[in-house]
Amino acid sequence: MESSSAYGNDLNLKATELRLGLPGTTDEETAAPGVRNNKRPLQAEDAGEKCGANGKSEPQNETAPPSKAQIVGWPPVQSYRKNNLQAKKTESEPGLYVKVSMDGAPYLRKIDLRVYKGYPELLQALENMFKFTVGEYSEREGYKGSEYAPTYEDKDGDWMLVGDVPWQMFITSCKRLRIMKGSEARGLGCGV
Amino acid sequence: MNYFPDEVLEHVFDFITSHKDRNSVSLVCKSWYKIEKYSRQRVFIGNCYSISPERLIARFPGLKSLTLKGKPHFADFNLVPDDWGGFLYPWIKAMARSRIGLEELRLKRMVVSDESLELLSKSFPNFKSLVLVSCEGFTTDGLAAVAANCRLLRELDLQENEVEDHRGHWLSCFPENCTSLVLLNFACLKGEINLASLERLVARSPNLKSLRLNRAVPFDTLQRLLMRAPQLVDLGTGSYVHDPYSEAYNKLKAAIQSCNSIRSLSGFLEVAPRCMSAVYPVCENLTFLNLSYAAGLQSIELTKLIQYCRKLQRLWILDCIGDKGLGVVASTCKELQELRVFPSDPFDAGNAAVTEEGLVLVSAGCPKLNSLLYFCQQMTNAALITVAKNCTNFIRFRLCILDPIKPDPVTNQPLDEGFGAIVRSCKGLKRLSLSGLLTDQVFYYIGMHAKQLEMLSIAFAGDSDKGMLYVLNGCKKLRKLEIRDCPFGDAALLEDMGKYETMRSLWMSSCEVTLGACKTLAKKMPSLNVEIINESEQTEFNLEDRQKVDKMYLYRTVVGHRKDAPEFVWLL
Repeated sequence: MESSSAYGNDLNLKATELRLGLPGTTDEETAAPGVRNNKRPLQAEDAGEKCGANGKSEPQNETAPPSKAQIVGWPPVQSYRKNNLQAKKTESEPGLYVKVSMDGAPYLRKIDLRVYKGYPELLQALENMFKFTVGEYSEREGYKGSEYAPTYEDKDGDWMLVGDVPWQMFITSCKRLRIMKGSEARGLGCGV
Repeated sequence: MNYFPDEVLEHVFDFITSHKDRNSVSLVCKSWYKIEKYSRQRVFIGNCYSISPERLIARFPGLKSLTLKGKPHFADFNLVPDDWGGFLYPWIKAMARSRIGLEELRLKRMVVSDESLELLSKSFPNFKSLVLVSCEGFTTDGLAAVAANCRLLRELDLQENEVEDHRGHWLSCFPENCTSLVLLNFACLKGEINLASLERLVARSPNLKSLRLNRAVPFDTLQRLLMRAPQLVDLGTGSYVHDPYSEAYNKLKAAIQSCNSIRSLSGFLEVAPRCMSAVYPVCENLTFLNLSYAAGLQSIELTKLIQYCRKLQRLWILDCIGDKGLGVVASTCKELQELRVFPSDPFDAGNAAVTEEGLVLVSAGCPKLNSLLYFCQQMTNAALITVAKNCTNFIRFRLCILDPIKPDPVTNQPLDEGFGAIVRSCKGLKRLSLSGLLTDQVFYYIGMHAKQLEMLSIAFAGDSDKGMLYVLNGCKKLRKLEIRDCPFGDAALLEDMGKYETMRSLWMSSCEVTLGACKTLAKKMPSLNVEIINESEQTEFNLEDRQKVDKMYLYRTVVGHRKDAPEFVWLL
């Protein structure tokens, strides 16, 4: 009958020893070659390696920090769930909230830029929020037909007209919004 | 000795619905066997390799509803290579050929090809219900065939499958005169959906009770769908992102308020937190809430929502809810029976947001709790003992401490006593998953007290064969045992070989079992299939008997070796 001892011929009391060490910090030199110590999760798992393949003992001296070691199949989360949650984590980041001020309004508002698909939705939302109309946008003349102009402060601290750059570039560079009114607004556009 | 004509007995048997009871009925005498055989409509097969399609059809020619499970449970965690098996096609082929009047098919962890879906759709004119859970191997083309050909389709339920999306218009394949849909769940599909077809389909399905959308269905479509289906009982939203100050948002609020039958809510695969207030009116009647994929919601939004859910019975949530959030659950959801807390970041144990404290709070506040799946950063014996005192009704208790073999952080002891308290207190426990630092002692307790236990999952636990033997000897009702990375070896495996005939299956991977012992077992027990999964280059002949096997899966069967095993699976 095969020996039921996991560790070859010696008693190897270390197997039942309760230790305070983190998983993976071991003094494995005493383990017999060809024997795996199943109590310790394997270290520094590469994407392609499988746990304990071939029954050979992996060299256990160089270790990544144990908490970052990835054991195949651990934690026991369904792979469908793992794949779908991680994808979501990168896509549904917390909202991009920016302050919106309107000249003459007593207090500011905040909106989440990520909920809008593009400029039309954003401008519609601003119009609803502050009860004004924004006029028609053209590259040459800015917003025509209204005394308001939507502007934003970009990463460099400059005040820019909303609508000039592609949407994705806009939401990553916009720090705050300001709806300018009156003569200041007209000064931004090329037309009067 | 039959005092009644067959039709009367048959009528009586109609009232006997549980599989176990019907199995017992068929053992009473020959004529009961015969009547039961021809009147049996629902069959459950927990391991598709335990019997063959032909034997099934011969045994139950009146089969209408079939449940089949394929791969072992640990396949969910990438421990079973692709192509291991579990193919649907042979079953469909055999049933089609024998003119079985199949109406319902429920599959779990099976490989389902488009070909099999197509054959299914064309072979069974009364087919009504298709439920696929954790399956793979099919594309939206297969779904198109089902949609187009199953004229009486009532349920199409796709739960967490890996589906290759060919962006075909499978939804448009439902014919215009198909009005029978009751359940439509395509939340797991990744691709675009023909929104107009979806709206038309929902509009012409007056019996639709359950609708779960995928991420491609935007907010405004959701609003229109709800307007057309205010009778919905179960809703899974797709993308839930919109400007909360817009007209569309107000419309959705109004639409949701007219849906006063909704009892089950899920989805929020993409979510703008500020839009959640629209669902508050639905919360007070909810019995099931699944936010386990709503990675965009933080603890504060989750707790705000849960505060309205006073009638909740089942809650699936991410661990970002935190211990405090679980406290809100404990004080609000007095009817709670099932709680599942999933890790929002499975690989970074340090960030896990729930500990033993959250679990203790829930156990104290929710006395009806009977089913638990809890991923946490740490657990203490004291907490488990308290939980055992508070909740004696557990049927399912699955605890996963993210850092394996972690001891009780307060006492640095193994968690033997804590789990011991659970099995001692919860006399009806049927399913148990262990984690943390554990010695043979916990298995002693399990063998001694867990007399109703049917399924046990063990990882990185125990000291010696004694552990496994305590379980095999003590748990008389054990059906499924799955073990990974434990020091259990040949002595434990071979001590009571007859035991495995009373079980569905045994999985052992990265343990101390040798090839020789597996061969011995296979030779002595012809009623078992002993399979070795070997992913190295060594062949069966190079590996010596005394070498350890990496993965062993054995199961009872009445049809011997399967014919579809791939090269890396050795059938001993």
